[in-house]
Amino acid sequence: MNGFPLSRLPELMAAMAAVATVYCPLAGKFAPWTEGAVPELTGNTKLGPKDLFFPQVEDLVRFRVSGKDLEVLDTQLRQEPFVVFGVRACDCRALEILDRVFLTEPVDTFYQARRANGVVISLACQRPEETCFCGAFGIDGAEPGGDITAWQGEDTLFFRANTEKGQALLDRLPLQEAGEDGAEAAKAKTRAILQRLPLGNLSTQGFGQAENLLDLFNRPEWSELSASCLGCGACTFVCPTCQCYDIKEFDNGHEVCRYRCWDSCMYADFTLMSAGQPRPTQVERFRQRFMHKLQYFPANNGGIFGCVGCGRCLRQCPIHMNIVKVMKTLGGEDHAS
Amino acid sequence: MQADVKTRAIQLLEEGQVDRVLGWKAGEFFYDLTPAVFTSPQQVEREFVWSSFSGPNLSKYLIAETRKPGKIAAFLKPCDTYSFQQLRKEHRLQADRVYVVAVQCPGMCDPDKVQAAAPGPISLRKEGDGFLVQTLYGEKRLTRQAALEEGCLTCKTKKMAYFDELIGQDGQDGDGSRFDQVHRLEAMTPEERFAFWQGELSRCIRCNACRNVCPACSCEKCVFDNPASGVENKAAANRFEENLFHIIRAFHVAGRCTDCGECSRVCPQHIPLHLLNRKLIEDMNRLYGPYQAGGDLEAKAPLTDFRYDDPEPDGGGRRGGAQ
Repeated sequence: MNGFPLSRLPELMAAMAAVATVYCPLAGKFAPWTEGAVPELTGNTKLGPKDLFFPQVEDLVRFRVSGKDLEVLDTQLRQEPFVVFGVRACDCRALEILDRVFLTEPVDTFYQARRANGVVISLACQRPEETCFCGAFGIDGAEPGGDITAWQGEDTLFFRANTEKGQALLDRLPLQEAGEDGAEAAKAKTRAILQRLPLGNLSTQGFGQAENLLDLFNRPEWSELSASCLGCGACTFVCPTCQCYDIKEFDNGHEVCRYRCWDSCMYADFTLMSAGQPRPTQVERFRQRFMHKLQYFPANNGGIFGCVGCGRCLRQCPIHMNIVKVMKTLGGEDHAS
Repeated sequence: MQADVKTRAIQLLEEGQVDRVLGWKAGEFFYDLTPAVFTSPQQVEREFVWSSFSGPNLSKYLIAETRKPGKIAAFLKPCDTYSFQQLRKEHRLQADRVYVVAVQCPGMCDPDKVQAAAPGPISLRKEGDGFLVQTLYGEKRLTRQAALEEGCLTCKTKKMAYFDELIGQDGQDGDGSRFDQVHRLEAMTPEERFAFWQGELSRCIRCNACRNVCPACSCEKCVFDNPASGVENKAAANRFEENLFHIIRAFHVAGRCTDCGECSRVCPQHIPLHLLNRKLIEDMNRLYGPYQAGGDLEAKAPLTDFRYDDPEPDGGGRRGGAQ
């Protein structure tokens, strides 16, 4: 375990920034640290770090026409290293979920390049919010993952490397040796709060088992649950695990840029097929989003749910419909068939 | 007020005056109410909530609800009644299938502001002129100002545009302070104003919450959702689009926007979109005389009306016609 005095945080940030660009929580999202910026290390960010690995818009390839020549311009993969500091346990799990999607064959090379060049420094939760329910998915806010795990003690930041990439970064920082006690005390503090969260007892019972699939799919409650859904993409775009995208082209007459951008299963024009929209009403679109997180994803990924309980959708849905309400309506022992 | 509203909803259903009730359903917390349709008095008793967090404007739901048979009672706040009247004027809903119960509004609280000022809120109650919030980390007192929705702090009016029945008192028009922020923006240099809007609009994640919640955006299919339109997009592909999407949308709803403020209320990125609408509302008021969309069913909207003395569209507001 390594340590660094919290009071000298700017020095540490500068040392990290000397190694690579450092993204940290600033104004509610992960933004590049610059001299004088003060990372927000208390709550969680409004947007997770997903955008750093899977940007909302990303150019894939460009075609340029000049005279009779057609040139294909490959977009460069991200090669320069970067550090993401202050990632919570929920968002660390979210990255593992994205890895399962993008790093299995066929590998997404754009995502792979960003993952390979990014060092994730997680930070144990200080002040979980009332909307947090990571515990439901077996995530411990006091023991986040990442390449390096950090804990905030009374006056010290503690660091532990989890990977070689993480250790290589720690080796380049002016850290001191520190015992385990400080980090253990920080963990105990966090866990005491996690235990009294209002959504702490949320159960995943009834979800994620193959035998429940059709029963869940056909439940009449979907209709009422989705009735007031506006069909916007707020929940998907603030979700750290939503990974659907569309591929589109921008044509300015002499150059075509093919890019991908985040897409949302809540949208009326999501995955259009020649015969039209396979999910004709908001009931089916709404059901898809929650079935994916709670049923299809775990069924295909050894029981790992596609939700990490970060609570962002609880905060951002314009009409306050969300996965917790869905789970409480459809889940539980009574409903398991 | 909560008791009055609930009692009335139960009575309307019990007496058979309506088949359904449109209101707000209780959530997991004190602030996360969801618009919902209630069909039985028992359901109303169990789940209906009218509180300082009944922010969502229910009027747009009536487009779909009035296509169903039977009559529905809608509980509307003053600002919601303007959206209702505007939709009625545009023949987007069947008003004879709605029984409007207007409810006096004290101003609605913004859950985001409460969460920001009192992290981890568990319960909230009125105390004096403000609120006492119990949080995971202790008690916190908030002034009314600190908790109210931006749109409610500069409320356009507490006067109902329409109702079949009123709970509480009818109110008065606001003091015009809703244009203060517009004036501050107008006083900026073009460079400052451009920087302001670029800072705000660059945060847009194109989730379309503003468009989908907007009662004036009631097209069956939006041009931005139509792959054949050539402008369909799910993310701003460049800075130009990022800047223009919201400005074009504001122009598109100009003259029909009632200033209900839903666009800003729902924006997950807290972009003050309502300021674009308010700028256009004030410009139209200045050029064509005072007009309130949804204020009545007869008056022609300034942009769909022509008069000989209309100002010329040369940017200077010069009067045309007889001069």
